[in-house]
Amino acid sequence: MKTNADVVIIGGGISGLSTAYNLARLGCREVVVLEKSSLYSGSTGRCAAGFRQTFGLEINCLLAKKSYEIMVKLNELLDYHRDIELKQGGYLWLLRTDKEVELFSKNIQLQNSLGIESRLITAEEAQEIVPCLNPEGIKACTFHQKDGHVNPFQVSQAYAEAAKRLGVEIDTFTEVIGIQVQADRISEVITNKGKIATNKVLNAAGPFAKDIGRMVGVELPLKPQRHQILVTEPVEPLVDPMVICTDFYCIQEPHGDFLMGYGDPSEPEGTALLSSSKFLEEMAKRACQILPVLANIRAVRQWAGSYTMTPDAAPILGPAPQVEGFYLAVGFSGHGMMLGCSTGLLMAECILGEEMTLPIDKFNIGRYERGELLKEPAVA
Amino acid sequence: MNTDDENTIVCRCEDITLKDVRDLIAQGFKTMDELKRISRCGMGSCQGRTCRQIVMRELARATGKDISEVEVSTYRPPVENTKLGILAQAAQEG
Repeated sequence: MKTNADVVIIGGGISGLSTAYNLARLGCREVVVLEKSSLYSGSTGRCAAGFRQTFGLEINCLLAKKSYEIMVKLNELLDYHRDIELKQGGYLWLLRTDKEVELFSKNIQLQNSLGIESRLITAEEAQEIVPCLNPEGIKACTFHQKDGHVNPFQVSQAYAEAAKRLGVEIDTFTEVIGIQVQADRISEVITNKGKIATNKVLNAAGPFAKDIGRMVGVELPLKPQRHQILVTEPVEPLVDPMVICTDFYCIQEPHGDFLMGYGDPSEPEGTALLSSSKFLEEMAKRACQILPVLANIRAVRQWAGSYTMTPDAAPILGPAPQVEGFYLAVGFSGHGMMLGCSTGLLMAECILGEEMTLPIDKFNIGRYERGELLKEPAVA
Repeated sequence: MNTDDENTIVCRCEDITLKDVRDLIAQGFKTMDELKRISRCGMGSCQGRTCRQIVMRELARATGKDISEVEVSTYRPPVENTKLGILAQAAQEG
């Protein structure tokens, strides 16, 4: 393990790995990624890996659009010898109240003004896209063809391998147990396998980012929450887009299996990741109602991962003002994978003081103190 | 089984051979979880009932550990593949 580094990244998920790659690409020589378990074993490897650009705030749309532009070229950009399994079947968002239709119509206007070609369609038109959709209770839908899905393991592995080729050191099963600060400046990262002298640390620790923050006395407004997923046996292609609404999402992967989940508002704060039978049954009920064809398809496995929520469901990006050299890429609120490509690019530019591809000032942690929350209306 | 026949199918659900597993171990995927995520080995309908023991033996061999020291990937519910319609009915009946 290196004993000196220009930048130490804590967390071997998509945010940490894509930042490591971009730092090295921009010429930063000594970059170390520390991961307490195996790579992409936290939220990244447990996510549903949908990606969309269709948000309700301009800044979120732009961040997601940038990520999308990188994602569609990622196999080539990273010279990946496997495949990130990109599927662009679109996002079909089911709207079931007049209020939702009104809000999403407004979002579409914004999205269209930014070059995102989303559109409002009828339930009948939605059935042309997904013939097995139950139209009952659906007032209208939004559809955006360019949204889709990737394999989160392959995306992360692609970044990890590209970063390694550029000289990044990735230490798995290496846990950060402390961070030394001298005169309000980062000086050293202490792990269970040794110490690394450094003046710059990126906290990309997902649901554990709050603990990392506390190591340097920075309290982060993060709330990790369990989210569960169910996956079925693979079957012939039946559903092209991600079918989503406020309390349900379901995507058929290129492999043929269906991946589905929903957010449970009663879920308490915490990082425990046990599966529940309640989820399995409730999930099946919602799935069979919206896509009745699923009733005859078998559930194979369920698991849980964390959404790391912020007060405004938008990520915290940029330097932490209290400690010099302490950077944050945390609180993705369930969107770490879909924003991963732009996160890596922008965090690397920010850490190296380069010209920014997109300004990220609005994502700074200071927004909570200033009361400038990024209230995102379009999150499920 | 001839353990040196690298065309032997290890994971029947995902069509992964002994050679595939050995190649991935050589590329640095040295735990069951890492192998599973990169190759889908053990993610199919049988949930690793066929391949788990074989992959563990290969990992033990490659890392010089005893098979009892190889960490097993998490066993996840449901125990048996179950139709969503049956589960949905269970939800309705409470």
